Amino acid sequence: MTSLLTYTFKNLRNTSKWALRFCKFHLFFLFKIRFESSQTKSKKTLAKPNIRNIVVVDGVRTPFLLSGTSYKDLMPHDLARAALSGLLHRTSVPKDVVDYIIFGTVIQEVKTSNVAREAALGAGFSDKTPAHTVTMACISSNQAMTTAVGLIASGQCDVVVAGGVELMSDIPIRHSRKMRKMMLDLNKAKTLAQRLSVISKFRLNFLSPELPAVSEFSTSETMGHSADRLAAAFAISREEQDEYALRSHSLAKRAQDEGLLSDVVPFKVPGRDTVTQDNGIRPSSLDQMAKLKPAFIKPYGTVTAANSSFLTDGASAVLIMAEEKALAMGYKPKAYLRDFMYVSQDPKDQLLLGPTYATPKVLEKAGLTMNDIDAFEFHEAFSGQILANLKAMDSDWFAQNYMGRKAKVGSPPLEKFNTWGGSLSLGHPFGATGCRLVMAAANRLRKEGGQYGLVAACAAGGQGHAMIVEAYPK
Amino acid sequence: MVASRAIGSLSRFTASRTLRCSGYICRSFTRASALLTRTHINYGVKGDVAVIRINSPNSKVNTLSQELHSEFMEVMNEVWSSSQIRSAVLISTKPGCFIAGADLNMLNACTTSQEVTQISQEAQKMFEKLEKSTKPVVAAINGSCLGGGLELAISCQYRIATKDKKTVLGSPEVLLGILPGAGATQRLPKMVGIPAAFDMMLTGRSIRADRAKKMGLVDQLVEPLGPGVKPPEERTIEYLEEVAITFAKGLADKKITPKRDKGLVEKMTSYALSIPFVRQQIYKKVEEKVRKQTKGLYPAPLKIIDVVKTGIEQGSNAGYLSESQRFGELAMTKESKALMGLYRGQTQCKKNKFGAPQKEVKQLAVLGAGLMGAGIAQVSVDKGLQTILKDTTLPALGRGQQQVFKGLNDKVKKKTLTSFERDAMFSNLIGQLDYRGFEKADMVIEAVFEDLSLKHRVLKETEAVIPDHCVFASNTSALPIGEIATVSKRPEKVIGMHYFSPVDKMQLLEIITTEKTSKDTTASAVDVGLRQGKVIIVVKDGPGFYTTRCLTPMMSEVIRILQEGVGPKKLDSLTTSFGFPVGAATLVDEVGVDVAKHVAENLGKEFGERFAGGSLEMLQQMISKGFLGRKSGKGFYIYQEGVKNKNLNSDMDSILASLKMPSQPDVSSDEDIQYRLVTRFVNEAILCLQEGVLATPTEGDIGAVFGLGFPPCLGGPFHFVDLYGAQKIVDRLRKYEAAYGKQFTPCQLLVDHANNPNKKFYQ
Repeated sequence: MTSLLTYTFKNLRNTSKWALRFCKFHLFFLFKIRFESSQTKSKKTLAKPNIRNIVVVDGVRTPFLLSGTSYKDLMPHDLARAALSGLLHRTSVPKDVVDYIIFGTVIQEVKTSNVAREAALGAGFSDKTPAHTVTMACISSNQAMTTAVGLIASGQCDVVVAGGVELMSDIPIRHSRKMRKMMLDLNKAKTLAQRLSVISKFRLNFLSPELPAVSEFSTSETMGHSADRLAAAFAISREEQDEYALRSHSLAKRAQDEGLLSDVVPFKVPGRDTVTQDNGIRPSSLDQMAKLKPAFIKPYGTVTAANSSFLTDGASAVLIMAEEKALAMGYKPKAYLRDFMYVSQDPKDQLLLGPTYATPKVLEKAGLTMNDIDAFEFHEAFSGQILANLKAMDSDWFAQNYMGRKAKVGSPPLEKFNTWGGSLSLGHPFGATGCRLVMAAANRLRKEGGQYGLVAACAAGGQGHAMIVEAYPK
Repeated sequence: MVASRAIGSLSRFTASRTLRCSGYICRSFTRASALLTRTHINYGVKGDVAVIRINSPNSKVNTLSQELHSEFMEVMNEVWSSSQIRSAVLISTKPGCFIAGADLNMLNACTTSQEVTQISQEAQKMFEKLEKSTKPVVAAINGSCLGGGLELAISCQYRIATKDKKTVLGSPEVLLGILPGAGATQRLPKMVGIPAAFDMMLTGRSIRADRAKKMGLVDQLVEPLGPGVKPPEERTIEYLEEVAITFAKGLADKKITPKRDKGLVEKMTSYALSIPFVRQQIYKKVEEKVRKQTKGLYPAPLKIIDVVKTGIEQGSNAGYLSESQRFGELAMTKESKALMGLYRGQTQCKKNKFGAPQKEVKQLAVLGAGLMGAGIAQVSVDKGLQTILKDTTLPALGRGQQQVFKGLNDKVKKKTLTSFERDAMFSNLIGQLDYRGFEKADMVIEAVFEDLSLKHRVLKETEAVIPDHCVFASNTSALPIGEIATVSKRPEKVIGMHYFSPVDKMQLLEIITTEKTSKDTTASAVDVGLRQGKVIIVVKDGPGFYTTRCLTPMMSEVIRILQEGVGPKKLDSLTTSFGFPVGAATLVDEVGVDVAKHVAENLGKEFGERFAGGSLEMLQQMISKGFLGRKSGKGFYIYQEGVKNKNLNSDMDSILASLKMPSQPDVSSDEDIQYRLVTRFVNEAILCLQEGVLATPTEGDIGAVFGLGFPPCLGGPFHFVDLYGAQKIVDRLRKYEAAYGKQFTPCQLLVDHANNPNKKFYQ
């Protein structure tokens, strides 16, 4: 099994080189495979009787930027607004048709804790459209979309905008608890004497700030550390991880160069130049990557800055409608949103294995098999995490001992897997990645043919998500 | 058998080799012939690194036995002579154990100190060779690395440990009355500094891996792994090996140096310790502290100080010699025999000799949220046992819940638990005022006030709601279980579980069976006790069972001695200098004067003159004045929150004066007072064995030491008789009998032992 994986990776290294040199030939090769495999679909469509079909009309995102670059002076709702107005522009949806707006975000700016509402008001949506914000770590915008699906399926709404935003350039750093307590007490103090007595309790250590937690609250372990352990548990080498990261960057670069990332809308940043494309895509060489020191488990760990996703600023938004409404309004939707699944597991040792758990379940729910899927879009938190998930999905032992299944679901074929890059290269604004995954799957199905896409992601807290995206018939 | 095991390990080895090839470009040579002849150790070569794997057959742990020793030597010689090998990794393939220490049977088999010294010198030589190895050896530690295991590890050039709760390093020899005899007294001070080395060797405490890293005891940590494509424990050991191999290569290539960067504080301390005067001060301070704590009853700690000192001041040759000689001497002392006996007893009492219960207890209920009830609940929920805590009033229940929370939270403060683990454990506790959910209980432990009619009422109420299979256990220190069970519809399900306060600190659990108690009920109670982390003795029902029954005559003597004009402070110092952890007068205060009186009265009625001695009037008067001991703030002493040194309660003077009795000078020397207390205790313990209350002497010793604080250096009453001599004890008893009467009459079994010097409780 191991040798099999190494073999694919050796091939992979080759393919990524081809990708750069002979990408046309490579694409042809991919198409051929796709064409062959789409012959044997076990189901023609996933439409269910008496349940409304729900479609994604279209979706957009701002360019995803390394945090601390062009977006660094913005506030989260500025970015969210850019995605929303981009969506308005792209779809020309009449404002008053939108019934509801939902946004996902992870690190909340305290001034705009309902960032969905603040962004919508500024983006030119009707002030009559209610909006709320959801949070579920890295699958926050997935949650925004599935919430929208629920609202439409239950007949509460017809048209919902879902999206997500994250601005890691600025994070809320708080005063320490002691300092906050003193300030609150000071507020309540009425007389000068009372105020003085409160102030007299001040100590210098009150000034030490409190940063938003980077580590898992329940286990106090940072995610990178957990990813490194996960990679070790599945015996994934540094070299394999670097190779996968290089693949992600190479494929993203190709997709960017060929203009495949059509969900990106340019954003004129106030006071700066217009940003037109993602700036984290940097295909390097394996030698360069091998020079980096481990970032979490020092000095012998395998997770480095080069094979991890980086801190990113960005926002995304999709327009979701009941199919009949979309058709009535004259839209040609991009895809159906079908069955979805949330899972959760041990936040310590299986923090990032969400996709492994969610994938077989969502396939079963939809009545599909791994072979039916033409486009896999998995969130890439770390190279090691992706490779661990692939190995776990391919292990009968893991399926039997930890998932209570009789057999493995099988690992997705790499030629269908994140072929336009992933979070490692495109970036990962926590709250906004889910919509990017869905749009990538939808756009890939449209561009490359094929019917079903599978979106999956892991999230802090040991949670995970998967959803089936079905191409809208052309 | 051995061959098949070796073949098994061979196939395992090759299997793991193929699996690991993806990460490592290495060539392996398995030496089939070597593998087949060795049972404890095998090794393979990965590239230029020898991987030496320890796994003693037929045992849960690896111990440094003579066979392991010689096999290790053989392997090392091959490693040193091979031109292909440049470095080595030493690892255990036994989950949860690197090497748990030296083989105690090996030491016990020795009859002279010279033999023991010989063993020590052989080990010293081997470890010295290892230390001077030109090919670096990396110890990869997963699980317990104690005693001889630690000595082996610190002789290696580099140490890597898993950051697992099970991975602990330590030198616990002192707890067995001996010293680390294979070089630790010489190497540890150099490695972790003199103060830390003293701390490790004198307390015997186990050090967790992360702490060991900070101290410089290990060089690298490896995180334990979760599930991958094989079980986590297995993969963690593999991973540890992989990491160790990279470090072994790095050391051989001189890319890594085994030297560690020292912090500023460390540098300053080591500078200070290079001044002879400072060192002398440290020896003096440590020695003073040891003398104060051991009262000169334990020879091992002083010898350890002496040996460390010799090594540092006179060079390592003198140090090693001194270490091996003192080791030999200590192994022959009574104290070490007593302590090793206790260690074996403790191991025995951590097994369930009644077998697995038919139905494992999953839902526990505790009645009464007082000190005991809440304590029982705490040691249950922190092991993952679902527990209902029931009391009759909200304030009482709240107090109990707070006690459980505080117990867990204190562990968070000590960083042995995370706040998340605390919360998860605390969620196993359900506090309530009614019997809801009792229909699902598998065991109910009542810890209500010690009053027979109340216990009867609670038993009847509970039996009305619990299912048929549910065990009813009573936590009582003196009420006979048989009497409690008289109102039961199903007496075969009634059992006694006597916990000791504070429940989360005291290791002992005394389980009491009546004639009607079924074997499965006992198995169930022992199982729960073991899961609660207890050391368990199982005794027959009777007034005071075993522990309370032994303590009571001694307490009666305590009162008598106080009446004879010996002050509480003097009495306390006499008892602690004999080896009791708590002075006798303080003990009365801790137990509670009312409880003591209650028990003394009850047992006095049962046993008559054998429990005679002091006058219960003293306790009666104390109760009437409200001097109930620590809980009321006053007893023999005055207890105040935040005051460390307790003062005598001067109001006791009038009580003591009013009950004063003349002392008899020929039986009132300090030594006589000590022996009057101890012989009564011992006599009663032996009577318990004679009457069949105790099944084995081992349980008697464990109960006395872990429940009542009988001096551990004496090994418990039975070890004491064996080592001190039954005749001497009988002589003493006869002398006191002549002065005081029948309470000192030696029991038949003791007399038998005195008459036949070959008769021993432990053969």
